[in-house]
This record gives sequence, C-alpha cells and structure tokens, in this order.
Amino acid sequence: MRGYSVYLLSRLGQFALVVFIGINISFIVTHATPIDPVEQSIAAATQYGSTSPEAIAMMRQSLRELYGLEGSPWEQYLSFWRRVAVGDFGPSLSAFPTPVSVLIWRAIPWTVGLLLVSTVITWILGNLLGGFAGYYRRSSLLRFAGILAMAFHPIPYYIVAFLLLIVFGYLWPVLPISGGYMMNMERAFNLTFIFSLLKHSALPISSLVLVGLGGWFMGMRSLVSNVVNEDYVTYAELGGVKRRRILASYVMRNSLVPQVTGLAMSLGAIFNGAIITEQVFGYPGVGTLLISSVHAGDYSLVLGITTVSILAVSTTVLLIDLLYPLLDPRVRTV
Amino acid sequence: MAPATAAPRAPAKENGKAEATIEPVLVVSGLRAYFQTSSFGVEREVRAVDDISFHVGANEIYGLAGESSSGKTTLIKTVAGAIRPPLRVLSGSVVFDFRGRRVSVYDSDPQVMDEIRWKHLSYIMQGSMNVLNPVRRVRHSFVDFAFRHIGRKMPEFMDIVRTHLQRLHLTPAVLDAYPHQLSGGMRQRVTIALATVCRPEFIIADEPTTALDVIVQNGVLAMLRDVQREIRSSIIFVTHDMAVHANLCDRLGIMYAGRLVEEGRTADVFKAPKHPYTAHLIASLPRIGYVAARKGLEGTPPNLADPPSGCRFHPRCPLAADICRRQAPPMTWSSPGHRVACFAAATGSAQ
Amino acid sequence: MSRVLRDLFRYNREFAIGIVLLAFVLLISAASFVSPYPPNDSFVVPPDLPPSWPYILGTTSRGQDVFWLLTFAIRNTLLFGFTVALLSRILSLVIGLVAGYAGGLVDRVLMSINDTFIVIPLFPILVLFYFVMRDRMSWALLALAMSCLGWAYDARLIRSVAMSLRTREFTETSIFSGMSMRQILVEEHLPYVLPIVFSTTMNNINWSIGLEVTLSVLGFTDINTPTIGVLIYWANQHTALVAGVWWWILFPVMLVIITFVGLFLLAVSMNEYIDPRSRLSRVGG
Repeated sequence: MRGYSVYLLSRLGQFALVVFIGINISFIVTHATPIDPVEQSIAAATQYGSTSPEAIAMMRQSLRELYGLEGSPWEQYLSFWRRVAVGDFGPSLSAFPTPVSVLIWRAIPWTVGLLLVSTVITWILGNLLGGFAGYYRRSSLLRFAGILAMAFHPIPYYIVAFLLLIVFGYLWPVLPISGGYMMNMERAFNLTFIFSLLKHSALPISSLVLVGLGGWFMGMRSLVSNVVNEDYVTYAELGGVKRRRILASYVMRNSLVPQVTGLAMSLGAIFNGAIITEQVFGYPGVGTLLISSVHAGDYSLVLGITTVSILAVSTTVLLIDLLYPLLDPRVRTV
Repeated sequence: MAPATAAPRAPAKENGKAEATIEPVLVVSGLRAYFQTSSFGVEREVRAVDDISFHVGANEIYGLAGESSSGKTTLIKTVAGAIRPPLRVLSGSVVFDFRGRRVSVYDSDPQVMDEIRWKHLSYIMQGSMNVLNPVRRVRHSFVDFAFRHIGRKMPEFMDIVRTHLQRLHLTPAVLDAYPHQLSGGMRQRVTIALATVCRPEFIIADEPTTALDVIVQNGVLAMLRDVQREIRSSIIFVTHDMAVHANLCDRLGIMYAGRLVEEGRTADVFKAPKHPYTAHLIASLPRIGYVAARKGLEGTPPNLADPPSGCRFHPRCPLAADICRRQAPPMTWSSPGHRVACFAAATGSAQ
Repeated sequence: MSRVLRDLFRYNREFAIGIVLLAFVLLISAASFVSPYPPNDSFVVPPDLPPSWPYILGTTSRGQDVFWLLTFAIRNTLLFGFTVALLSRILSLVIGLVAGYAGGLVDRVLMSINDTFIVIPLFPILVLFYFVMRDRMSWALLALAMSCLGWAYDARLIRSVAMSLRTREFTETSIFSGMSMRQILVEEHLPYVLPIVFSTTMNNINWSIGLEVTLSVLGFTDINTPTIGVLIYWANQHTALVAGVWWWILFPVMLVIITFVGLFLLAVSMNEYIDPRSRLSRVGG
C-alpha cells in the first residue's frame, strides 16, 4: 500500500503542476500582449452595429473589471486565479448576457461524447491490430494494415477531416457533414434521435479514428516485438503454454502497460484533434464554440474555453494515471 | 568437419553409476545451429553450435561447461527446440526417449512438442528475475504451465501444487505473490518448483544459480538435487562454474567456441583432464591453502562469426602444433566413457 | 556519413521513398525562385481555369496560377517547419541533456515541467495567442510561440539517451579529468544524441507544419503570407469546392500530404537505423 500512496501523491503533484503552469500560460499570453484585449473586444463586438458611446463605456468598464485588468499586475494575477477557481468567466460578449460557463457546459457533452467514443475505439483497435502485427510478423494482411497506418498517421487531423468532408459531402453524399443531429429535430430520447446522433457523429469519429489509429498501431507493434523476446515469453513457449494464452496474457498484457501511460501523454494532442475535427464538421462541441468565439471576438469565451480545456484534459490524465496501477501490479504492491 | 566417431550409442558399463541405463533419454547427433542475420546489406553467420553429438542417460545429471559465449546456452536452446530466427538448425538431430515414447524435436509437429513440454521435458532458465510474467500472480504460471498435464479439477490441481511446494520447503503463500515481491533466490526456487511439478523425465537447467549469491546458490542447488533424486529425472545442467559441476554432475561436457572438446565422467575429467582447455578451466579453480596466483588464459574467446582454422583453441593453446592450425581434431575415445577432441591428447595427458 | 546515407537508401525502402518524396517537394519549393509572378499579386492570370497548358494546375478565383502560388506556399511552409524545429531543438537538447546528466532532483523537476507541456492542450493556447495578437500575428511570432510549446516530447527522448550515457565509463573519465558539466555535455554527450535529434527533427517539422496548416486554414495566422494553409484558407473563402474549382484545394492538400509522409518515413527509417538491436546485428556484438 505504501507504494500506491507514493504513486498517488506524485500523480496528484503532477496534476497540480499541469494546472498551475497551464493557467499561468493563459495569464501570460493574455496579459503580455501589447494590445489591450478589452479595446480589441469592444472594437470587434461593435464593428457591425452602431452602439451608443454610453453603452461602449459601460461595456469597457465591466470588461476591465471582469478580466482582471484593474489594479496592479499582482492584483490582476490573483483575481484571474479567483475567477478560474470559481469557474466564473463573466457574460459572453457575442451571446450577451448568457454567462460563458453556461455556453461551455452546453458544448461539453458533445465534445466528451465524441472524444470518449473515438478514443476508446482508436485505442482498443490500434492496440489490438498492432499487437497482432507485432506477434504475427509474416501476415501480409497485417503488413498492409501497417502501411495504411503509416500513411495516415503523419497527416494532421484537419487534412483527414477535410478529405472525408470532400468524399462524403461532395463526391458521395451519404452521410451528414454538419451538425450534431438533424436540424429542427426535437431532442428526445427515442430511436430516431439516437440514430440521427450516430449518423452525424459518423464522420467526425471516423476522421479521429483514422488519424489516431496509426500511432497506437505502430507503438503497440514495436512494443510487442520487444516483449516477444522477453524471458517470460520464451519461458512460456518452452512450457508449451497455448499460443493464444501467450499472446493475450503474456505479450499483449505486458505491452499494454506503457500504452496506458501513452494514452495519458497524448490526451492533449487528441483533444487538439477533436477541436479541429468538430470545426470541420460543425459539430456543436467545445471546438466549434472556440473557433466561432474567436471569429465573434468574444474574449471571455475564448479565455474560458482555454482554461476549461486545460483543466479538463489534466483531470482526465489524472484519472487515467489513477487507473494505471490496476494494470501494473509493480506500482500497486511494493 | 568432425568425423563420425562422435556419435556414441551405448556408454560403456561403468562401475561408478549403477543406475545409468543402457538406453539414453536424449541423443543429440551432428547438431549444427547458426545465427544468420542480414541487416542493411551486412550478412553475418555465427556458428554458435557446430557439429555437436552427445547423449544423456536416465536419472543422470549431465553438466555442460565453458566460458560465456562458448555456445552452451544456444546448444541447450536448440536441444529444447526453443529457437527463433535468426538462429537456425542446419543439420543434425535431437531425439528424446521418454520411457519408450520417441520424439525427434526437429521432425515432430508443434502440437506433439507442446504436449511433451512440461509433462516430460521442462526447463529452468537463466535470469530468474524475468522468467515469470511480471503482471500476473505466480499462481497463474502454475495454471498456464501445468494444469493441462495434470488432468484434475482446479481445486484438486491447486492442492497438488501446494503439496509440491511444501515438499520443496516453500510456503504456498508464494502463489498469491507477484514475481517482483519475491527475492531472487525465492523466485528461482519457485521456478524449480514450477519446472518439477509435473515430475518430468528430463529437465534442462540453464545457469539456474548464476545470478544468485553463494549462500542462496547452495540452497537452490541442494533443492534441485533433492527433487531430482525424488522424481528421478535426467538433467542437463549448464554453468561456467566448475565448482558447481564438481559437486553436482555425473558426467561433464566441455564446450569451446561452439564445439564439444571433451566429455567424460565428472571425477575422471577433474582427475585427468585430456584437453588443454579443460585443464585450464580446472586449474583456475581456487583451492583452500593454495596461495599462488591463478593463471589466466591468454587471449580471448574466438569470434564465432569468423572462427580460427583447424582446432578453434589453437591460438590460445600452449601445446599448439602445426597440425592444429590446419586440421580440426576429431572426437576420439581416450578411455572408456571419456572422449576428447585434441591432437596433443592422443600423445599424452594435457597436464 | 555518406556511406550511412547510401546504405540507408539502398537497403531501407522507407528511407528511399521518403527521400524521393522530399526531393520532389524541395524541387517544387525551389521553383518559386523562378516564378514569373510575385506571390501576393492577384489577377495576373485569367481566374478559375481548370488545369491546362500553360496553367498546369489551373488558376484560382483570385486570378493566380495555382502551380506558381504553390511553389511559394510550400517554401514558406517548409521554412516555417524548419524554423520551429531548429528553435525547439535547442530547448529540448538543453533540457534533455541536463536532466539526463544531472539526474536526481534536477531531473525530477525538469521532467515534471516537461510532462506538463506534453499534457497541456496547445491548440486552444495558440488560438488564444492569435486572439490577443490579431493583426500583429506574424509568421515569425507564431514560429517562436510554437517552439516554446513544442519541445517537451523530444526532450524526454533525448533525456533517456543521456541517462544511459551518464553511466558509461567515458563519462566517469571526463568527470575525473576535471571537465565541467557544460564541456561534458557539449563535447562528449552531444555527438551520441545527434541521431535521435535528427529523427525527432523530422517528427517536429511534421507537427509544426500540421498545426500551422490548421491554424492558417481557420484564418488564425498572417493570411497575407502564402503558406499551404493560407492557400486552402483563401480557397475556402471563395467556396472553391462548391464553385467546382477543385484544383485550388486538391493540389495543395496533395502536396502537403506528400511532405508529411516523406518526413515521417525519414524519421521512421532513422529510428530503425539507430535502434541498438538493428545496429548490433550489423556490426556484430
């Protein structure tokens, strides 16, 4: 148990550090700019309509208070943290007076669903195929899969999503290319709605899976081809242990351990990919919200999404880290 | 290269060991196994096992000695049928005879081999640190390796395992431990228990005590000898430690650079080594009260990718003559049960 | 070195394909120096022409020749990737070597910071950065920001190599002969980590180009400097796909995919070449 608590403490410490550095980067980025973000926001928000000078002055005042631009730098820094701690990013500029937190909460289930489904599919499928490819090195089918994985892996999320959009939006229009469910459909828990949900998520999920698969595939393949040479595998073979048992309980089981750490490590990158993919397919999640808030000049929303993203990703990483000892008894029992 | 005299069938009846039967359990003849690699256009061939013939009788402990990288481990891996590319068997045969059931390792179906393994032929490996699956409890190893051979229901099987562990003075609590929770000595004892739980006729032990300190080593050796006496199996025991061989083995084979250079009953080999290399190995053993510095052998073991011509030992041999450089010495009988591959040995003892 | 490259080219299919793809891309970017049109001029050719002679890749709705525009775009994109890779290499080398060499507390602190940068989602931060910079966002500024954020993964790899060097005998000898840490790292350890630095460079260029394309396509960079992403951005602005001007989109996408795959194959083959096991079977152990 002592080993576990040491591990637990170190993971919690890492979590605190990620949050601390992440929030600080957001603070530095927003405050080290030579441009006054409040003036920027006001200019962007008032660019299309004629707003009365009094309204602008009020807006300016409230913005300066809300975004901690009042007082000394130290006071600004503290009030920034205070806002992050209570999750209060003020009202949205583009959807005034809806609070930013409400907008973000509305978008989060979409992003979480998209990320969860695609990451689970990608991780399991990639590790399974990669494991087989590392174990059965001669299979030409798996070699071909390896080449495909290598071809898709280096292409960024945006390009793959964009290619899928072209193929299924213009060349062979069978799948919806925009939105989270059919427009004007009532959001109810029934089959038609669920089917519409699935259909609309097909393309975003496929593009996330296509890009992500290669990394897990190649990682697992090389892990397995190392583990195959470990003494305990050779020994099991000498013991006449069934092939399938060796592959599952010896080779795969041991190779998966670093892949769990790998999942925690690449979560940030996967999240980046989801943001971009959402935008391409107009999926109503956090990513689309972020991009449109940039276009709308909604400073509070951009800042809110950035900080929430950092918090959400680091919390998920912490959760994966806490599950890790289940797979590796060497951490659990010392 | 080596002549056909090297394949003995029946060892001469010897007065020392009454239990050694006429029919050997294992006959290895003319075995050649090379590592063949090709990477970025560089082709290499390492002759790790080069034309080796020997046999092991029932209830016999056969020792295999030699420096590191002399091919000992490759030889027994090949004997066990545990080879994987780039290692390839080029010629020769390995035939076991388990109480009338003959199995030729390189002519049998993989299923037949899987059936044999652990029931008749088990293995204790070098590096006890890593032979047990690190992410699963020890109990699972027993189930994976032995369950199908014992043919009982699970609770009964676990009872058999527990009784076996107790007989070897191990607590059944080790079954619920993970390998990393056991000490090195403990892990090696567990491995021996695992290798003997099916009471196999043949056990291959590859440097099972090398990584352990001397005290633990003695305990493990005593355990191995006890269990061998109890289940009366044959053992090939590999180590470079001549002192261990002297204590444990009935017969001894000496390997040098991928070849067997001398073989005989342990007492005979220690008393009157015929090959200069054997003589050197024995002379380098420390003795109580003997204060003179041990003489090291000059030179290094040969590179097996490009072995010396003739006798592979000649560059380091104090007795090397002209013929040794040109011709590989054949394995010849110097006395009943004792053979050697050396030209000098034909004319007199290496001492 | 030339022998190494020749061996790689002859015996490693990935390397050969990667080199050929990259040579093709470099050739196209080199063509920008002989372009008949300046990169930012529009309406120099008739708009919306499909691929035909003399406009082999067609023309854009803004009256630009896609081929010549592409030569500038890929040149800037590659230059961007190299710049980010070069700058971030300095960071990852210093941090990786120091952490691996010093070990102990220094290592733990540096690697905690390092893992933080691996985990933090960079894309929202870059978007935020663009948001506060707006029109002052330039090519160089983005490169600088991405170098500061994108060193962490490779620093971890370099550290693992440096750690194994720490226990080698020659390091001990250097310490006893009174060399300073800086001398040991620069003169003794650096040469050993260079192969892995090379392979991480390829991956880092891929990473930075990928992000740059993504940010530009969304319009979150300096949209007046033609890069591959900016090209696609303008095509989207003119709804090129709906208007049937597919060549405006297709060729940039194809070219950038060729770049990605080429760089990636080079990294993969370098990794295989420096893998100690493969090295062992080549030179003998």
